[in-house]
Amino acid sequence: MANHILTTTLDVKKIREDFPVLGRQVRPGVPLIYLDSTATSQKPTSVIETMDRFYRNSNANIHRGIHVLAEEATAAYEEAREKVRRFLNAPSSRQVIFTRNTTEAINLVAYSWGLSQLKSGDIVLLTEMEHHSNLVPWYLLAERLGLRLEYVSVSDEGLLDVADFERKLELKPKLFAFTHMSNVVGTINPAKEMIAKAHQVGAITLLDGAQSVPHFRVDVRDLDVDFLAFSGHKMCGPTGIGVLYGKKDLLEQMPPFLGGGDMIKRVTLGSFKPNELPYKFEAGTPAIAEAIGLGAAIDYLSRIGMDAIAQHEHALVSYALDRLAEIPNLRIFGPSADKKGGVVSFVMDGVHAHDIAQVLDQSGVAIRAGHHCAMPLHEKFQIPATARASFYLYNTFDEIDHLVNAIYRVKDLFGV
Amino acid sequence: MDDFYRELIIDRYKNPQFRGVLDPADISFEDDNPLCGDHIHIDLRVGEDGIVREARFDGKGCAISQASADLLMEKIIGMHLDEVKQISKQDILDMLGIELGPVRLKCALLSLKVLKAGVYGLGEATDDLVEDE
Ligand SMILES: Cc1ncc(COP(=O)(O)O)c(C=O)c1O
Repeated sequence: MANHILTTTLDVKKIREDFPVLGRQVRPGVPLIYLDSTATSQKPTSVIETMDRFYRNSNANIHRGIHVLAEEATAAYEEAREKVRRFLNAPSSRQVIFTRNTTEAINLVAYSWGLSQLKSGDIVLLTEMEHHSNLVPWYLLAERLGLRLEYVSVSDEGLLDVADFERKLELKPKLFAFTHMSNVVGTINPAKEMIAKAHQVGAITLLDGAQSVPHFRVDVRDLDVDFLAFSGHKMCGPTGIGVLYGKKDLLEQMPPFLGGGDMIKRVTLGSFKPNELPYKFEAGTPAIAEAIGLGAAIDYLSRIGMDAIAQHEHALVSYALDRLAEIPNLRIFGPSADKKGGVVSFVMDGVHAHDIAQVLDQSGVAIRAGHHCAMPLHEKFQIPATARASFYLYNTFDEIDHLVNAIYRVKDLFGV
Repeated sequence: MDDFYRELIIDRYKNPQFRGVLDPADISFEDDNPLCGDHIHIDLRVGEDGIVREARFDGKGCAISQASADLLMEKIIGMHLDEVKQISKQDILDMLGIELGPVRLKCALLSLKVLKAGVYGLGEATDDLVEDE
């Protein structure tokens, strides 16, 4: 084993006490080792209690009633929006649109911006490492409009091919939509440079921040990104709430996505005038408690500090890569620790990823097995499925040792 | 701890007895489990009397899906097609002798789904083929 300085600036022991579920046993005597935060993160008490308090004390619909509860609920919902704005360093909270999740945010851009701005023959540039949520909306739109989709290729190491990216930009794509961090191989893409290059050829940019916003500082002004999508549930917040950030001029020129209450200014029989930003895109009663819960999650993460969280995850993934490299017959995907976030995907000769996950589960180690909603990337690597361990602020070096020991048990059991 | 992977399952996964292809075959069918990329292909030879004479499976996937397919082939040889149609989810669980959660159940039932779609002569293997009741 390489020598490791197992240091972190986080007080992980204390952080773990903030997450009630981390104290449970999955079976009598078997504590939970949760290494699946890329799928969804666990939730701290402050988030759970904030939502609980909202339902107990202030529950009401927003933007309509004139009574104390409605005013409290509206204020809390809008305060959550302001917290998101600050977290992203966005110019205005009007540019923060609440959606259900990353997937819905990307679909909003596809159907509103895409349907109104793109036409037959236009090129949309994607990459081979996208999650299905940043592929399928574009497939659907391409079918409808006759778009041409192109993909930046991924190297064997799991990095975007820079030369291929520059070649594809010469095709003058109208949109470049790409992930900030791969949920399979963990690669962190150099978003700022890629966005600048895409802008040089006149492309609009959409960044899938589902795996970046939870794990390191993402500053939309510094990135100069046109659209950013992410999910609350991967960043200590509840399910059912996500965010679309967009540049103001783009959002203003876009037609509404869903129609209904809240998104209108005035309705007559047969016509309507859309509301202003961000309400134009928030039709119907939104996920109020969830938005407020996301606000509490942002408070929590900010209190700990995104830079400290990123540093901690980097230490974990470096250690994990070294420990896993000791295990014979294990093939690890993705780049070296300096180019990635806290995600490690691997396969073992002679044992399917599902079987790895199942045996690990018997030791309380929760990982994910499958294609992780990135089938094209798995096709590229010519494997049906990978096993994936992922880390967050509450994981420890000890847990990685448990992971490694559990993998040895898989080897014993299957005799490989 | 590892009751899940009974010796039988590991053994049938590593040393399948009915893996292979029948060419020609009277009934062939295949399908995938999109969740995990398991794939099963099944070939049957059936006598005039409707009795399964030979059965083989091929494919790739997890130990549960592959062992389940191997055991299922063994089970149906000598059965009438009408009996094959009656095989239930519970029969598969009894055959494997383990408890399965909803995710792994799909792995265990893939071969039965493929088998039934083939025997019924359907164009597509659907989940309702292996749902009890
Ligand atoms: C990179 C990436 N993009 C998009 C998504 C989709 O997120 P959601 O299911 O919350 O919409 C995920 C979630 O797994 C992801 O990892």
